[in-house]
Amino acid sequence: MIIQALAFYLFAAVMVAAAAMVISARNPVHSVLFLILAFFNAAGLFVLMGAEFLAMILVVVYVGAVAVLFLFVVMMLDVDFAALRQGFLRYLPVGGAIGLILLAELVLVVGAWVASPEAAVGPIVPIPDPARVTNTHALGRILYTRYVFVFQGAGLVLLVAMIGAIVLTLRERVGVRRQVVADQIRRTRAESVELVDAPKRGGV
Amino acid sequence: MNQEFAASFVLVLPETFLAVAAMALLMLGVFRGEGSARLVSWLAIAALAVTALFLPLAAPGQAAAFGGLFVTDAFAVFMKILILLGTALALVMSIDFNDREQIAQFEYPVLFLFAAVGMMVMISASDLISLYIGLELQSLSLYVVAAFRRDAVKSTEAGLKYFVLGALSSGMLLYGASLIYGFSGATGFADIAEIMIGQAGDPPLGVIFGIVFMVAALAFKVSAAPFHMWTPDVYEGAPTPVTAFFSIAPKIAATALLVRVLIDPFGPLVNQWQQVVIAVAIASMLIGAFAAINQTNIKRLMAYSSIGHIGYALVGLAAGDETGVHGVLIYMAIYLFMNVAAFGVILCMRQQGRMVERIADLSGLSVTRPGIAAALAIAMFSMAGIPPLAGFFGKFYVFQAAIAAGLYTLAVIGVLTSVVAAFYYLRIVKLMYFDEPVEAFDRPAGRTLGIVITGSSLLILLFVVYMAPVVGWAGIAAAALFGG
Repeated sequence: MIIQALAFYLFAAVMVAAAAMVISARNPVHSVLFLILAFFNAAGLFVLMGAEFLAMILVVVYVGAVAVLFLFVVMMLDVDFAALRQGFLRYLPVGGAIGLILLAELVLVVGAWVASPEAAVGPIVPIPDPARVTNTHALGRILYTRYVFVFQGAGLVLLVAMIGAIVLTLRERVGVRRQVVADQIRRTRAESVELVDAPKRGGV
Repeated sequence: MNQEFAASFVLVLPETFLAVAAMALLMLGVFRGEGSARLVSWLAIAALAVTALFLPLAAPGQAAAFGGLFVTDAFAVFMKILILLGTALALVMSIDFNDREQIAQFEYPVLFLFAAVGMMVMISASDLISLYIGLELQSLSLYVVAAFRRDAVKSTEAGLKYFVLGALSSGMLLYGASLIYGFSGATGFADIAEIMIGQAGDPPLGVIFGIVFMVAALAFKVSAAPFHMWTPDVYEGAPTPVTAFFSIAPKIAATALLVRVLIDPFGPLVNQWQQVVIAVAIASMLIGAFAAINQTNIKRLMAYSSIGHIGYALVGLAAGDETGVHGVLIYMAIYLFMNVAAFGVILCMRQQGRMVERIADLSGLSVTRPGIAAALAIAMFSMAGIPPLAGFFGKFYVFQAAIAAGLYTLAVIGVLTSVVAAFYYLRIVKLMYFDEPVEAFDRPAGRTLGIVITGSSLLILLFVVYMAPVVGWAGIAAAALFGG
């Protein structure tokens, strides 16, 4: 038990510190690296809670794909962060005021928070015994049965995103010579070599 | 379980068919390559027609699929037919336009179909999760088609603005939905409604917050004031047939969603959301009436006009009862045809091979092109609400519902703003019939646009003749929402 508590405080402290560094680091590449550190610690917290599937997904998707993509964008694009921060002081009062109002509202809502008594009846689908069913298996069971409709819907959303990215960015470049292997092989001697009877000292 | 599961697939047959058709057409387009846009468009229209035929087959009555994620009822069938009709008409209007503007690509009809699938899921959603998936599927397709003319700055600006603000509204929707879920512990509309009945007297602050956030997000999607700021820019920047599509199908779908969300899970809390809807309706009617007066671009004018129309439709919803929803349904059906007629004429506005969008370009249209001038005049008179035309009846039913519910102030403001709005509608008629003609418009390339304009104008003109079945059907649809 004590080891679990220690692990929790270790992961949590590192995560909070890394999160703070994400927004305070001057170098954007460092920010992304701290973000990855935060993700790893969050995954550790999930493991402590027994949600090993979510932990793995977090590492695979967020660290493996999203954060690496971020890193690419930050390194490849010449984003001038000094210019991005330029309007910061000018917009700070308005932005800060809106933030404070939202915060006050959130405090009001959370402070007066009550859940309906009926909400305590528990989840729609009974949680299987974790000792006998892994949570990957349990999630798969409801994802592909009860929620198959929205699962497929989410697939369509991703398909539309892919079509959109291609439609809006793919440009057919003219004048680009592509290598067509079939054409190269199909060439015969007759159409490739021309014998010219060049007169002496006259050129072709 | 298995039998219920199989039955669920029958209920979602129209959506499944349309999604599979869209993917098949995508493949067809990819393998046929450039120049297949026209073929894919016509096949897409055929797919929409077949889907409409599936609708009554799949949904004989009220039924829920996938454990309540999805419902089919008369309300959903009514709204889905409007959506399919609107999408098909927008596609018909797009074909020649895209060819001439050289933006014809086969992805365009495919994205329209995916948007239609999203809208159908929205209309049938009876769970916070399927609501969100449907909304995102629709919105994402619309962001892309808004920026479809990617070489024009205005079009990309429209797409980007729509995307950023749309993402913001999705965030608000999710925040509201999470508050509702946090309170009720359920995402299904039926379960939430059951819990809300117990809270009808004095609901906790968190629930009210959740409802307000969800209404704000959906008000953004129907472009009701004060969440309308994106509308004029997006309508102006997007290619004209896309604007036509925006003003028809997504509005109808989002209105249906708003109606279902407010009536189904939050019906018991009508006293809580009624004031929000009233405020939004009044703001939309005022913005729609006054901001449109100074516009010089016809597409911006139509944007403000659509904001106003949503205000009138919300008057019906504010009543919060069956008569009110009945009015909303009739209003949306009529709104569809008025917009199709108006945008059909706007698509004819072409001088020497390029599109013109200024209102002044319509001067003297009755001399140069009497046919389309008459069609636009009919659409404008109808939008202004002049009696024998369809638009009058739309307004009549919503105001009647508001008065029956005792919302006299709302009805009076509605009538006053529609008088103000009549000014700019009639100004267009005056320009066409009493001003000196300017340069004549080019003849349209195909005959399809003419057929669409003539058909929709006739439907507006002769609404009195076929009014009874439409009103009756809308009545059945509205009753379905309250019967369950």
